[in-house]
Order: sequence, then structure tokens, then C-alpha cells
Amino acid sequence: MDDRPVEQRVHDFSEVDAGLTEQEAVLEANRCLQCKKPLCITGCPVTIDIPAFIREIAAGDFRKAAVIIKEQNMLPAICGRVCPQEDQCEGACVLGNKNSAIAIGALERFVADHERAHGMVMPQKKPSTGRRVAVVGAGPAGLTASAELARLGYHVTLFESLHAAGGVLMYGIPAFRLPKEIVKAEVDAVLSLGVVLRLNHLVGRSVSTRELLSYDAVFLGTGAGLPYFMGLPGENLPGVYSANEFLTRVNLMHADRFPVYDTPVKRGSRVVVAGGGNVAMDAARVALRLGGRVTLVYRRREEDLPARGAEIARAKEEGIDFVMCTNPVRILGDQVMSGVECIRMEMCTPDDSGRPEPREIAGSTFTIDADVFIAAIGQGPNPLLISELPELKRGKRGNVLVDDEFRTSLRKVFAGGDVATGAATVILAMGAAKSAAHAIDRMLREE
Amino acid sequence: MFYIEKSEQLADKVHQMWVRAPHVAHHALAGQFVIFRIDEKGERIPLTISAVDGDAIRVIFMAIGKTTTHLASLKSGDSIRDVAGPLGKPSEMGTYGTCVLVGGGVGSANLPIIARAAKAAGNRVIGIIGARNASLIIVENEMRSVCDEFFLATDDGSRGFHGFAADVLKQVMAKERVDRVWIIGPAIMMKVTSEATRAAGIRTLVSLNPIMVDGTGMCGSCRVMVDGMTKFACVDGPEFDAHKVDFNVLMQRLRMYQPEEKESLERYQAHVCACRGGEHHG
Repeated sequence: MDDRPVEQRVHDFSEVDAGLTEQEAVLEANRCLQCKKPLCITGCPVTIDIPAFIREIAAGDFRKAAVIIKEQNMLPAICGRVCPQEDQCEGACVLGNKNSAIAIGALERFVADHERAHGMVMPQKKPSTGRRVAVVGAGPAGLTASAELARLGYHVTLFESLHAAGGVLMYGIPAFRLPKEIVKAEVDAVLSLGVVLRLNHLVGRSVSTRELLSYDAVFLGTGAGLPYFMGLPGENLPGVYSANEFLTRVNLMHADRFPVYDTPVKRGSRVVVAGGGNVAMDAARVALRLGGRVTLVYRRREEDLPARGAEIARAKEEGIDFVMCTNPVRILGDQVMSGVECIRMEMCTPDDSGRPEPREIAGSTFTIDADVFIAAIGQGPNPLLISELPELKRGKRGNVLVDDEFRTSLRKVFAGGDVATGAATVILAMGAAKSAAHAIDRMLREE
Repeated sequence: MFYIEKSEQLADKVHQMWVRAPHVAHHALAGQFVIFRIDEKGERIPLTISAVDGDAIRVIFMAIGKTTTHLASLKSGDSIRDVAGPLGKPSEMGTYGTCVLVGGGVGSANLPIIARAAKAAGNRVIGIIGARNASLIIVENEMRSVCDEFFLATDDGSRGFHGFAADVLKQVMAKERVDRVWIIGPAIMMKVTSEATRAAGIRTLVSLNPIMVDGTGMCGSCRVMVDGMTKFACVDGPEFDAHKVDFNVLMQRLRMYQPEEKESLERYQAHVCACRGGEHHG
């Protein structure tokens, strides 16, 4: 379960984490205590029966393990790779108290990869209810809601504005963390449940809201794709990207293979990334693989970085230069960018998040020469569709407000994932989508 | 797959194409655009919807880069891998009185659909098309059929007024009251021409054409400065108040990938030459 060597992986987009061998998986599975009251399940947003699938791995029945996982999660090869297990199932594992927690994520991935190599497992489907549900957005939330509703017997039409399904799994997360053929295989598995996918359909434009509301129910999983910029002087200079644009050009459009693929991207020789989350780590590591020397600036301290610990460690190993307590204040350049003026930050009293409030230290500015700057400071909910539905109640940050049943203020319209919570994780979106699908099912059965 | 129903050349490097795309055609309004991706390796490029007929939309484009050159080589019966849209906000439309629509070069292609919408809203519509020379004038008959008055201008005087469309616009303004102006063309032409209406305070709209990726508000590639604020042309536009647009930022950003565009086109042309009869084989 080792990562590929740094000197090799920084030159390509192949997966960093090599995954478990069969022998390693069985050994790891045998460490599981099979707790009577398994805490790991309570740590899982989609409530996979974790001890049960681990028991099957230990017994060598990998296919049965896949059947168990697929009961609760149609995207295990994805989740096994990108879930923050350390905060969820593995964080709850009792073995973690004394020595290391069971590597549940790696085991899930192993089972899913084995399944993909030996033929996909199809979960049970209920008979058709004859009712139609529209799902908007084919990202983690939309795919999960679609799969769940299809299994519950609904005719699902899944609308996606891009030319490929997967949402952030395709355009956001780089291939070295999540190979795209894996996303495609799991999307295909969802579609094989009978979900009808409509690509290139931007709901609110290609599909009128009236047409949308003619479905028996609607699930909005439009995500948080609106990139925030920092409002810096010089921010519109060529060379300045939002993380979304930079990542989309490479991950979805394959700009790393320009000119074989038509979409270009600026290969910076010196790149500055601003931000400290997973998206910032992804952008930095992509820029590195495009041949750049990359500096990541973050306004707080290293211990405040919101990214996953493993990804921070990998970014460091690969040679990303971390400059903490630093914020960009201006993009320098004439016609194209030539540098980033930064300022040092001091940490003051903790704010609402419990982290210290960063404050600029007067007179501490310095310049980093750079030809590419990537702002990875977060994304807001996609505003387009929700602004076409004025009756939809929204929160301060533009997110769609939902109740505990994932109902919006609009009758028959449900929402889940980043569009409701603001940018969060793949698995939280999936958990919400799954619950929303069951809430839709309850509503339609009561009618 | 989206089938090309008709493809023809209108002028030097200028092509028109009708593509069957019901999900776009049934919802498209004046001023909106589509994103094309020709094939699996293609880039996503925005093209204004210049007409709609049943299930089909028309785009008119100039073959200047790799993608548009490839697009121009496609014939009826060929197909486009992806067509997304209609995107962007429709043209701001109402009953204003007299509307003047000014087109420059291939940007003129976008005028007829707006002219029809303006006419339908009860406006008097005056059309002006400017081109470098007579052979580059497009959509003239369409404009003549819908406009109350129509003028041509060529830089070399080979047809119509000898000079710029901006000069004709000034002549029209000198003669009669103008309530609303649209200017669509190259960035520099929109910048210069919109100066004609600034002093008179006539609301003037331009349709901006920055580089886009998704076209749905998710990347910010198309950001433009309008009234000192960052706007996304794909979702906040593509039409903006001409007098508030920072055209210098627009032009600067349009040049961002010039070296890559050159490389891509040269590679494509070398490939086409290597193929028999100059025909493209993917």
C-alpha cells in the first residue's frame, strides 16, 4: 500500500497511491475486531456495513464484499480514494486508539477495483413505480440520488451541463488521485440501473424550469462550482487562474496533453497557489506535474490547513514549497503576470471556527516571481439554476436552504450536496443525496 | 452527436453551419450562445446562435484558429460531439423607439436575430454592417428584410459608405433620435464604435467574446471588468453596457493563448496537408 516513488510520479498523472495487493487486503481485513457495536458504520455518511464487507475480504470472497458495499454505495472505487476516512470510519475505529485504525478506505478501494476487473455487481432494483424524477447535476450528489431512486423503482432523468458525467470527480479531482476511467466505470454502473443521462443540458437554459417542475419530484445536486476570486489588483492579468479553471483545463479537457488535445493551459515555470484546502493541494500538484516550481501560500499556520493530512504530506514530498501565514495582496505584471506581492500574517485571537484570526503585518510585503497564479480559496453554490427559481429560499452564501428531509422551500424540490452546504466533501454530498432520495420516495409513496 | 444539416462558406474564411440541436433550438433567444466541442480531443468554444429554425440552430464563424478551421472543414451529414446551450442571458429587449444595430466583420452575423427581436418588440430598427471590403459583407439580405433602414460601410469603399460603421452610426445619430444601440464585432471595433454614443448617453450594448471553458459560470476564464467589477461573460453576459466595459482587459485576456493557438493551428495544417486531398481524417 505504498505510494509510487516521488521522482517517478511527479512526471505523470498516473495514480500516486498504488493500492493494496490481494495478500495485503486479506491481512489488513484480518486485523478487524468485528466489533459487536461497530463505530465505523456510524462514522460512514452512507452507512456501509463495514465489518461485514471486511469479514468477506478476510474470507477471500471479494465479490461478496462488493455486493455488501454496493447495497449502500454505488461509487466505492471513488469513495475508497477520496473520502476523508481519517475523520469518518477510520477515525471511529476502536483500533485507532491504541495502534493504527483498519485501513477501511484502502479496503473499500481494493474491493471496488477487484469488482471492476471481474465484472460489476448489480444491486437489486424494486419494480417500477411509474413515477418520474429529475436529478440536476451528475456529480457525486446527483449520481448517488439517481442510483438510489432508480433502485427504488423511479424513472430517473439525470441532467448534466458538461459533456461528461461526474461533476467535480471529472473536472476537479486530478487523475493522480482519482483516475478518470474509474469515474467513468462507476458512472456507467449507475446508468446501467436505467438512469437516463442528458449531457450538455443546462437546466434553466436547455430545460425550462417549467419542464423541470413537471417531474413528480426534483433533486438539485448542482454543487459548488462558482469560483471565488480574491479581488486583488491585477487579478485579470493573463496567467491568473481560479483553481476551477486550471483544474478543469487539465482534468476534464486534458490540457496536459496539448496540442494532442486542443485545450491549452499556461505551464508556469514559477507558480503560486493561494489556499490551504484539498483543491489548493490538487492545483499545486497539477502545476508541479506541468513542470512548474510551485509555492503554496496560506494565510494561517500549517496546523490550520484544512486539506487532508495525507495530501499535504504528499504535496510536500513532491516538492511543493509551503509558505504559511502569508497572503497575496497584488498580482504584478504588465500585459501578463510576472509576480505575486504577498504580505505576512500574524495570528490573533481565535475566530468562530476556533482558528486564529489572521491579520496583516504592516510593512511585511515581499514578492514571489511567478508567471502563473492560482486562487484556490473556495467555491460558492452554482447560482444559475437557483436564480431561475426565485421561490427557492437561499442562505446568506447563496446556498439552497433545506430541512432535515432535504426539502427546499419549493414543493417537490429537494436538494443536497454542496449546493445546500457550500463546498464540502464528496461523501457528505453522497450521504445527503441518499437521504434525499429516500425522502423523495416517502413523499411520492404517501401521495 | 449533433448532426450538421448544412455547411457553407459565406465569405473568405467565414462559414455558416446549421446544426440539429433541439434542446438548444427550442429555448434559444436573441443574444445567446452555444458551446461546441467537435470531438473527444476538442476544446469547448463559444459561438453565438445567429438563427433558429425548428430543431436546428445556425452559427456563423471565422476560420482563424485550429478549432474553427476544423469546424469549417465539416460538411452536412458530419456531426459535432457536443453542443451545449443556449447559454448566457438573452439580449435585453423592450420597446425603446429607434434601435440601431451595428455589426463589424463576422460579428454582423449576430445582428439579424436581435433585429427580429427588436422589431417584434415594436421598435424602429436601423442596421449598419461594416466590413473591410465588399466580399466580406455577410447577412446583408437578412438584415435588409427585417430592418426599416439599412446601411453598409467598407474600409476600402468597395461598397456602401467609404469608412467605418462608426461613421455611419454618427450620421444616423445626427439625423434622428436614437434610443438604443447594439454593437457587435471585434473587441477593438466595439471599443471604438461605442465611443460614438457615450456623450449622448445612449444605452449601448456590446456582446463580448472572451475565452471560455465550461460556459456555465464555473471557471472564470471569461471574466471581464464592467463598471469596475469582475463579471463572467458566460452567465452575467455576454451582453454588457458598452460604456462600462474595460475593453483593454478584454483584449489582453483574448491574447492569452496566442502562442498556443498558433502552435495548434500549425500542427493541424501540417496534419491536413499530410492527408490525401487535403481532407481531414480526424
